[in-house]
Amino acid sequence: MGKIDKQGDKYIVAKLFFGAVGMFAFAMFVMPPFYNLLCSVLDINSPRLSNKKAYVAEDVKIDQTRLVKVQFVTINSANMPWEFRSQVTSVEVHPGEPTRVVFFARNPTDKKMVGQAVPSIVPESAVQFFHKTECFCFTQQILDAKQEIDMPVVFIVDQALPADVRTITLSYTLFDVTASKTP
Amino acid sequence: MAHGPAKGLSRWLFATNHKDIGSMYLWFSFAMFILGGSFAMVIRAELFQPGLQLVRPEFFNQMTTMHGLVMVFGAIMPSFVGLANWMIPMMIGAPDMALPRMNNFSFWLLPFAFLILASTLFMAGGGPNFGWTFYAPLSTTYAPPSVTFFIFAVHVMGASSIMGSINIIATVLNLRAPGMTLMKMPLFVWTWLITAFLLIAVMPVLAGAVTMMLMDIHFGTSFFSAAGGGDPVLFQHVFWFFGHPEVYIIILPAFGVVSQIIPTFSRKPLFGYSSMVYATASIAFLSFIVWAHHMYVVGMPIAGEMYFMIATMLIAVPTGVKVFNWVATMFRGSISFETPMLFCIAFIILFTTGGFSGLMLSLAPSDFQYHDSYFVVAHFHYVMVAGAVFSMSAAVYYWLPKWCGRMYSEAMGKTHFWISFIGFNLTFFPQHFVGLAGMPRRIPDYNLIFADWNMVSSIGAFIYGSSQILFLFNVIRTIVAGKPSTEAKTWDGAEGLEWTVPSPAPYHTFSVPPQVS
Amino acid sequence: MHSKAKRLLALLLGPALLSANTNVWADLADRSTLNMSPGVTLLGRDIYDLHMMAIWVSVAIGVVVFTVMFYSLIAHRKSSGRQADHWHEHLGAELAWTLIPFLILGWMAWPAIQTLLKVYDTDEPVIDIVVTGYQWKWKYEYIGATPADSISFFSNLATPQDEIHGKKEKSEFYLLEVDEPIHIPVQTKVRFLITGNDVIHSWWVPELAVKKDAVPGIVNESWTKAEKVGIYRGQCAELCGKDHGFMPIVVVVEERADYDKWLNGKKAEAKKLHELMAQTFTLEEQIARGEKVYNSTCVSCHGAKGEGGVGKPIAGSKIATGPLEEHLKVAISGRPGTAMPAFGNSLNDLDLAAVVTYQRNAFGNNMGDSLQAVDVYKFKSKKSGE
Repeated sequence: MGKIDKQGDKYIVAKLFFGAVGMFAFAMFVMPPFYNLLCSVLDINSPRLSNKKAYVAEDVKIDQTRLVKVQFVTINSANMPWEFRSQVTSVEVHPGEPTRVVFFARNPTDKKMVGQAVPSIVPESAVQFFHKTECFCFTQQILDAKQEIDMPVVFIVDQALPADVRTITLSYTLFDVTASKTP
Repeated sequence: MAHGPAKGLSRWLFATNHKDIGSMYLWFSFAMFILGGSFAMVIRAELFQPGLQLVRPEFFNQMTTMHGLVMVFGAIMPSFVGLANWMIPMMIGAPDMALPRMNNFSFWLLPFAFLILASTLFMAGGGPNFGWTFYAPLSTTYAPPSVTFFIFAVHVMGASSIMGSINIIATVLNLRAPGMTLMKMPLFVWTWLITAFLLIAVMPVLAGAVTMMLMDIHFGTSFFSAAGGGDPVLFQHVFWFFGHPEVYIIILPAFGVVSQIIPTFSRKPLFGYSSMVYATASIAFLSFIVWAHHMYVVGMPIAGEMYFMIATMLIAVPTGVKVFNWVATMFRGSISFETPMLFCIAFIILFTTGGFSGLMLSLAPSDFQYHDSYFVVAHFHYVMVAGAVFSMSAAVYYWLPKWCGRMYSEAMGKTHFWISFIGFNLTFFPQHFVGLAGMPRRIPDYNLIFADWNMVSSIGAFIYGSSQILFLFNVIRTIVAGKPSTEAKTWDGAEGLEWTVPSPAPYHTFSVPPQVS
Repeated sequence: MHSKAKRLLALLLGPALLSANTNVWADLADRSTLNMSPGVTLLGRDIYDLHMMAIWVSVAIGVVVFTVMFYSLIAHRKSSGRQADHWHEHLGAELAWTLIPFLILGWMAWPAIQTLLKVYDTDEPVIDIVVTGYQWKWKYEYIGATPADSISFFSNLATPQDEIHGKKEKSEFYLLEVDEPIHIPVQTKVRFLITGNDVIHSWWVPELAVKKDAVPGIVNESWTKAEKVGIYRGQCAELCGKDHGFMPIVVVVEERADYDKWLNGKKAEAKKLHELMAQTFTLEEQIARGEKVYNSTCVSCHGAKGEGGVGKPIAGSKIATGPLEEHLKVAISGRPGTAMPAFGNSLNDLDLAAVVTYQRNAFGNNMGDSLQAVDVYKFKSKKSGE
């Protein structure tokens, strides 16, 4: 110490520089996937969780003693001109019972358009107990000019749903992704 | 080695001397302080009374955004880097910074970064208008075209900070005089060492955040856009993972300054030196695990809210230790009230006030009412302005005789202090009231029930702002025509190696390392 | 003809005009200008109590610390001839002021956690309202038993531009009044499902103790149960662009019977609107209607006299005096890349027709042509979405 230790400087500088590069990589490449992981573990209600995979039901027992109200909300995001609504505003289901609900969409324009629905579920304590076995949100919807479509969702409320959850709200926000997905 | 400074412009352009670079940092940060302050004056002038009088809402948003960015990245951070450049080598008995050429580079990046940032104000669509926190998608899909220049400016200033930090760490770890063990270092050096590690850890995260923004804007990725399976809330997590440690990056060197000055004017050693070091380290550690307390109303699961609330409350403990130690340092000392000491006493009072409102904000349920209201604005100005800016003023008065061998005018210094103190409190204390009464932040116009306190606040801001002109005048007058003050130890109670060299400090100090016992 | 138009407008704008007997109701005048409002909910009072506890704890600690400090500053000042002591450590004291804060913090955390549990208890609401933040207005949708039973409407700032620009005296509810407030019944648990259309907004009504971010793509929930009838006002709390300060929230809390009456009125209005879509109006009727729409939707950018501002001038503009279809297209699709948003979704066809008609026949633009709702509908079906 005391003398200017050029070797020591180089060593420290290299370490700190790699530390900084590492933190940049951490922010870019670790934080987003780690956030997805946290969302799925902690039931954070995030579009990153849109888990575009269908749930495979196994060993389903229907709990006839309980009824859970499932509500449907549809939202058009900015500049999305489609008509978009669910055919019912809510249904009552028994946990374990597969239920099918149909949503309606219509493209009123004279252009072919691509839509992507993003689901969101409240309350948060229900997120991991709400399983979609079939959903139009798993894929993009391509509608020709003036085309109408009925889009089904099949879901199962898990029997393990906490007892204090009596209402689950499933919302879909419909985004116009035509620009980013022109074939 | 005993040559003097180069002549003319090349002394500054190719500067490698830590004192020259320190001076440039200090002058640059003061210029940015004036620039950011003038943005604040525009904001307060518009808010002087209800109605839209002076500026349009979109320009108002650019003002709030640029005020925040310039003050945080242009004024406060570089001012402490300048102080570190000047003082750290002299405090640890080193001849210069460890990496003088990198030092030059990291300074000269800054003027370019801020030139780019300031020029966005004149671009089509205006400058950044999305707040200094630039939440997506307002800062991505809905941003003005100048956002790309903003991103570039953030990258450049981030690179500057990282290089500056590497330099400080290398200097502190490698260039200490014989006998200067880590636990003998002045507290200012300690707080900067820890701050430098924080900077290296989080400035790259900020760079990552703006890079993801850039990719979302120009390269069709969807990190933060829900349409493509991204999440706007992720942006806030990444931002505050940088942003919360950033708050401590700003305040820790201020703690260091206060810990130097209070013992001097109390003529009594700093109370609890080692607990101060540990408290600083604990604050730095805690800063990494509390970020989401900025996001209580974003829709987090209750478990997350509880965790972040409790972790945040814990910060009160090491921060409290620091305040208690400063008070204990003064207790049974022999206290005199020169300008630096006045600023430090005010620092303790006002920073503690900001700490109390911070404790209130940490309570998640109450935060549902405080969040994004003027209460938050009052809180962070109590810790940023009364914390960082007051301690910086104290530091300038304290070390100015060492830097230029001349004594500032005590009368003018004290006048500056009292005007600042009164102006500051008039500005920011009423903002607690309007915030609690329901006034959101970042609005250019408001209902009449908020009018009285906003007027008081604006008057206070003009007072506080004009007091800085007196400060500038006092500093320039000292440098040009101050009373010579050439004794090595300007203050009779001062301790440390910087007070063993002559005043003004020679261009090269400690070419032969001193022996520290 | 004129009276028909007036009746029609009175029906459509009726709810905005209720302000008759505010003095028996809680309103802005009841709000403190110094402190947090406990508001009119149990939860709001819990939050207020927590807030006051935190203040008093802070005051108590502050009094102790600053008493010691000022005592030192006075008693141990150099000018009194004092010599400084030299001690700089005391393990007992340092341990005490490390450990005691833990106890105080624990004591504060407990009620905070209890209150937090209540904030998150959104179970069993009687009414669900979807709140969507737009640049720069709110949309409310009351979820009914069937899709046909649901009602939705936008809520815009109602303060005239003249008040904002100092040409007229500012009224009591300056910037805190809207054309269409939402109504909720008193003593009833109401759940808000809050989301954003474009950028992040935040729905804040201090006296109902609700603040939640409106994030596009995510639906958040929050709730309230107001205990006192009255009008409660709030604002957007998250910076959302130019008119962030100009998108207030007004919630009318009323007796259940009044609420039901209002709700049925809104439903009838929706039905009526549906019928109106198929009707044809005179130029004057369209202009009268369009003026209202203009003053709530366009005026902040295009100016009260169509003189422009953030937006281009409308008086004498090429668009407003050019082809009708081009004008309608701009109104529906906006001007991407500029501050001009697309109104195709946020205004109904009737209002779009009216406002375009108004713009073409006001500010000295005497085009004399007019549009009907059905024209807009046809145009949208044919042309938009580009």
